[in-house]
Amino acid sequence: MATRAFDETYGFGPYPSAQGVGPLFGGSAGPAEVRAAYAEVERWLRAAPPDLLETRRRQAELFFRRIGITFAVYGDPDASERLIPFDIVPRVIAGSEWSLLEEGLKQRVQALNMFLADVYGPRECIRAGVVPEELVMLNPQYCLAQVGHRPAKDVWVHIAGIDLVRTGPKEFFVLEDNARTPSGVSYMLENREVMMRLVPELIHAVSEAGGLRPVETYPETLLETLTSVSPNSCTSEPCLALLTPGIHNSAYYEHSFLADKLGVELVEGSDLFVHGDILFMRTTEGPKRVDVLYRRVDDDFLDPLQFRADSALGVPGLVQAVHSGNLTIANAIGTGIADDKAIYSYMPEIVRFFTGRDPILHNVPTWRCREPDALAYVLDNIAELVVKETDGSGGYGMLVGPHATSAQREEFAAKLRSNPQHYIAQPTLALSTCPTLTASGLAPRHVDLRPFVLTGANGMKIVPGGLTRVALKEGSLVVNSSQGGGTKDTWVLDRLGEVD
Amino acid sequence: MLSRSAANLYWMGRYLERADFLCRLIEATVRLSSLPASHGGAQAAWESAIQSSAVAEAFHARNLPVDEAHVGHFLTLDPENGSSIRRCLEAARNNGRAVRTSLTLETWEAVNDVWHEIQRFGVATPDSPTLVRLVDNIKGSLLMFDGAAHRTQLREATYWFLRLGTTVERADNTARLLDVKYHLLLPRSEPVGGSLDYFQWTTLLRTVSALTAYRWVYRESVKPWLVADLLVFNRAMPRSLIACLEDSVWLLDQLAASRGRRGPANRVATASLRGLASSNIDTLFQGGLHEFLLGFISENNRLGDAIAEQYLF
Repeated sequence: MATRAFDETYGFGPYPSAQGVGPLFGGSAGPAEVRAAYAEVERWLRAAPPDLLETRRRQAELFFRRIGITFAVYGDPDASERLIPFDIVPRVIAGSEWSLLEEGLKQRVQALNMFLADVYGPRECIRAGVVPEELVMLNPQYCLAQVGHRPAKDVWVHIAGIDLVRTGPKEFFVLEDNARTPSGVSYMLENREVMMRLVPELIHAVSEAGGLRPVETYPETLLETLTSVSPNSCTSEPCLALLTPGIHNSAYYEHSFLADKLGVELVEGSDLFVHGDILFMRTTEGPKRVDVLYRRVDDDFLDPLQFRADSALGVPGLVQAVHSGNLTIANAIGTGIADDKAIYSYMPEIVRFFTGRDPILHNVPTWRCREPDALAYVLDNIAELVVKETDGSGGYGMLVGPHATSAQREEFAAKLRSNPQHYIAQPTLALSTCPTLTASGLAPRHVDLRPFVLTGANGMKIVPGGLTRVALKEGSLVVNSSQGGGTKDTWVLDRLGEVD
Repeated sequence: MLSRSAANLYWMGRYLERADFLCRLIEATVRLSSLPASHGGAQAAWESAIQSSAVAEAFHARNLPVDEAHVGHFLTLDPENGSSIRRCLEAARNNGRAVRTSLTLETWEAVNDVWHEIQRFGVATPDSPTLVRLVDNIKGSLLMFDGAAHRTQLREATYWFLRLGTTVERADNTARLLDVKYHLLLPRSEPVGGSLDYFQWTTLLRTVSALTAYRWVYRESVKPWLVADLLVFNRAMPRSLIACLEDSVWLLDQLAASRGRRGPANRVATASLRGLASSNIDTLFQGGLHEFLLGFISENNRLGDAIAEQYLF
């Protein structure tokens, strides 16, 4: 793999020193190589007085703290409410690049939905040998309770967050699919909000020059999506609710933010009950029927009668309400089988099988440790690879070989040998970089991108933007907020930025 | 509206009102304790603060000296005291977070701000100037909250439940304060309404921000029965028991109207108000103010229970 990361500004030159001199983007190669999409950002950065960026960064932090956008880091009692660091320099995506991504994302999510309908239905992809049977049937993510179930309009994944990384001008890889309860969309919206407040002059200039596409339509689009998949039994205006595990969940802010923007009740398990296979919420006016539940609670905790009996976060009888056709849950139960890391490596075949076309977005080459040859390769090359648990998430339970100590590598190798089917390995990708404000001025930092794909009865929609996460530590490739990553506003332009 | 949300709003109102009461109680006590010992002295002043805030048992269980440093800390920043200002604000904010969607941005920012404000003071014992600054700042931030809620919240169930918590807690606080002043501070040999310590009574009035109001209403020197009259029967005085009850009745009426049915809470509140309105200060003193106040506090608790029952908290 490339040893040098792709700089999204198309300049490989040095960044300005603390004194603010020296070339900004483009380096010694000169402005011809500076990417058009970043031209306005560069102009703004050049004109900005030395302290402005730091001042704006502090103001952004104040803004986030005041409105309470905080994030809980599990296992860190001192930081039960922490801010995700926000970087003031936006990440810009040209219109032409976005078109490519949009097409690729729709294809990918369509395949995910068709795959789910198939594995819980006719299982043709298994019969055709696209995916090994045992990998699906014996997978802990495969939900037996959903076999034979058909959700309203056959949509399984209503909200997908697809994590993308970039390694070159037209090279985008899907790092992972999030088809369960993807989070982060509130940052997409709030980051734009804070940019509009803090750097209106830059927003204005970019809108004039390139047509900055708005993200604020997301809540409305989500509402349309969720309304469109209400159960057939619902004849009047459907009643929606958003189910949260509660204020101690790391993403609680986002849950309340979305419920507010959608104008729906934010409910906890204790607010709900099932009677006669119908879901109700307890209100001050008595029970009120719920037709569509946007849940941000994991499958395991949804229904103690069906899954974990010790869970107080869910509602007894919920699954029965779904199966009786009285309730739509978004995302559907059992979607974890589609974004499982063991299934991931089969995604190119899955996309081809269901859409009949080659995948537009690449998959990162993946060694499935369940295969003896792959395991041997991974053990031999563990120092160069990223090793992940097949059902881990959030940057927990992974090993970045090149950055690990030999003791950590030994420890992981032992785990691999004793439980190989639990792991996959991938090459260490040279994630693209974006200029980012650091203690010593602007410097390149690695970024990824999570756009959100909505699927309803009337097709798929993607709001132009997404969550850009940035690894703030120099050289680090781990962008997860639970591991100290930050975020940037993501700007998708209407025009400009036609490259080569 | 979700029943849990209604409960969260109601309790947010109660906790914020309690924090506000504690601020004013401390402010008045600091003032009282600075008087010479012949006027009661610091210990009596702080003892009465402890009694008025209904945490005497918890405080005395610790065997700490009754002085500004210890009582002040206990009532403001002590994380171990579930009723300290810090803990009240924390509870209010947690309730607010749980109903974040029912609050306007301004209201939420205000409750979040006041919590950040108290956090800045840490958890250690504040020195004298810090204590004064703390209650002053928190009082100011709570006024901001009231203003934000008043100016931006829709006049619907959200606002009414929030305000209902405020009025129920406020009635409780006023009743306790009045009771303690009458029965703790007056020497046992003195009949109630007899000899008067001017400073004790002005302190009480300051605690409910009513010293100036008293002068406007009665235009005479501070007399205990008139103080009681002001705090029990004066409808114009926003912290009086009758004003709190009138507010509660009105709020419960709004809720009942928007939901098309009345319930036990409406009945309890209306009956209490009717009882109070048909009485006067002379009747109260004949039957014993202490007995009246104890009765009022338990009736107020019944109102709280009836609200919870009616709206399925």
